[in-house]
Amino acid sequence: MLALEISDLYKTYSSGLQALKGINLQVEEGDFFALLGPNGAGKSTCIGIISGLVNKTGGYVKIFGHSIDDEFIIAKSLLGSVPQEFNFNTFEPVEEIIINQAGFYGVPARLARVVTAHYLKQLGLWQHRRSQARRLSGGMKRRLMIARALIHKPRLLILDEPTAGVDIELRRTMWEFLEQINEQGTTIILTTHYLEEAERMCRNIAIIDEGDIILDSSMPHLLKQMNCETFVLYLRAELQQAPVLPSFENVVRLDPHGIEVEVPDTLSINDLIGELEALGIVVERMRNKVNRLEEVFVKMTSKPVTESLG
Amino acid sequence: MLYQFWIAYLTITRREILRFSRIWVQTIIPPVVMVALYFVIFGNLIGQRIGEMDGMTYIDFIMPGLVMMSIITNSYTNVVSSFYGAKYSRHIEEMQIAPVPDLVILLGFVSGGMVRGICVGFAVTLVSMLFTEFRIYSPFVALLVALLTSCLFALAGLINAIFANSFDDITIVPTFVLTPLTYLGGIFYSIKLLPDFWQQVSLGNPILYMVNSFRYGFRGSSDIDLFTALLVIVFFIALLFTACLVLLSRGTGIRQ
Ligand SMILES: Nc1ncnc2c1ncn2[C@@H]1O[C@H](COP(=O)(O)OP(=O)(O)OP(=O)(O)O)[C@@H](O)[C@H]1O
Ligand SMILES: [Mg+2]
Repeated sequence: MLALEISDLYKTYSSGLQALKGINLQVEEGDFFALLGPNGAGKSTCIGIISGLVNKTGGYVKIFGHSIDDEFIIAKSLLGSVPQEFNFNTFEPVEEIIINQAGFYGVPARLARVVTAHYLKQLGLWQHRRSQARRLSGGMKRRLMIARALIHKPRLLILDEPTAGVDIELRRTMWEFLEQINEQGTTIILTTHYLEEAERMCRNIAIIDEGDIILDSSMPHLLKQMNCETFVLYLRAELQQAPVLPSFENVVRLDPHGIEVEVPDTLSINDLIGELEALGIVVERMRNKVNRLEEVFVKMTSKPVTESLG
Repeated sequence: MLYQFWIAYLTITRREILRFSRIWVQTIIPPVVMVALYFVIFGNLIGQRIGEMDGMTYIDFIMPGLVMMSIITNSYTNVVSSFYGAKYSRHIEEMQIAPVPDLVILLGFVSGGMVRGICVGFAVTLVSMLFTEFRIYSPFVALLVALLTSCLFALAGLINAIFANSFDDITIVPTFVLTPLTYLGGIFYSIKLLPDFWQQVSLGNPILYMVNSFRYGFRGSSDIDLFTALLVIVFFIALLFTACLVLLSRGTGIRQ
């Protein structure tokens, strides 16, 4: 069953800006899906339409087969959404925000209190339950929005940059938390600019750029397509210039102790180390220059600097 | 499904009531203080020199109007500031994202405004008892008019909030439309005192009908036929109600 089906979706804002140019997207039930794209690509616009905050210009959206136009009551009940920007009443206490949200879905306060307590504890907000939301830190506010989105037990959860501005440790706990609810059966769609995060958690991925889907694939399939990977090597002895290696063309000297080497998928790391050893160069450590998904992403979406800044 | 909507309605209404009662020093006390001053100045000090109006003491004459004025401004202000606030800080999205029909959102906000209007009206009535003996001719008519009026102005406040794009926009209408109409709506004088021409003009002011029918509820006398007055109020409620529903379903001011 498809958790989300988007067909021919268009959005032109009143300013005349065309934010979505007829995108198609399908997400299977149970999936952990990444929707990636540079700033201004149209991710939030797409999510806004799915969650009923933005009017679409054309096309249709179905959530578990229910149209968001004709069957919006059912469609909305199945969807939980964590928006990119904070959108709660900052003067309301944390617990009340979540209980009210449950109320909008028809869950009486008495019942909601129990579920609220569960999520507040799980997301580490329990001791702040009576604080006004504006007194929370940025990371806590994000978690508050996640708790709020889960209160009616949605089958599809969409998160728009849930880990923006969240510290590393908390980000890891959030990952674990999301992986856990995904295992329990919730379909998850996530946007993020941390590609490492997408690579780690998501099974399928779409890249959207300037309102068009430019890639829609499974993560392993995508990563397999990469025909080379760049590594940074830290050397024991100082080098005056980049070494010339017989099989590796792109070798760049970064500093006296560091070089960068592009390794095509026809060659192995052993080949590289071997050729360096032959020149008497000792490699102390090494790392990927960027994570693999990032390498694909940059290749697909990069444009001349002037254009991307303009 | 209906039960689900009922819970959603209760949630919105409760949240609205909590909102203004949490800040009661800003929402309940000022209108009460203001009306108390009116009673002191116009009722006691100046009123004694004015003598009778429509066959009753001046303070008895203005008392229903002042209660009505509090109901009008408070129902209106509550909805306009709460709904605009929800738009501004974007927590209106909490309702938009959820399966809440526009009608439920509308009823929830309007109920919140009505509760505040009626609460303040009640408080003002209590204060009036310090200045003049409490008499009520028909509690039923008084309550009915109070409820209908607060409903009407809660709806008006919602329309204002839907179109508002800044905090200025939510004070312009109350200052330049609502207050003048209220003051000229027969709170402080009987329109019989006016020249013919101005009497006719006054009849175009909807607030006149509310003040007069409310005064009828308290004192049993009115410049205007009670039935006509009720009809006018109900007509405006139906009009604004429809307008609100259309605006909400289009997403005016809340969906791009
Ligand atoms: N309310 C609006 N009115 C007019 N244009 C808008 C509006 N909201 C977004 N846009 C434009 O639509 C385009 C897509 O924006 P959107 O917020 O969907 O991008 P995004 O992919 O979420 O970017 P980011 O990663 O920065 O959050 C951008 O060019 C943006 O300027
Ligand atoms: Mg965005």
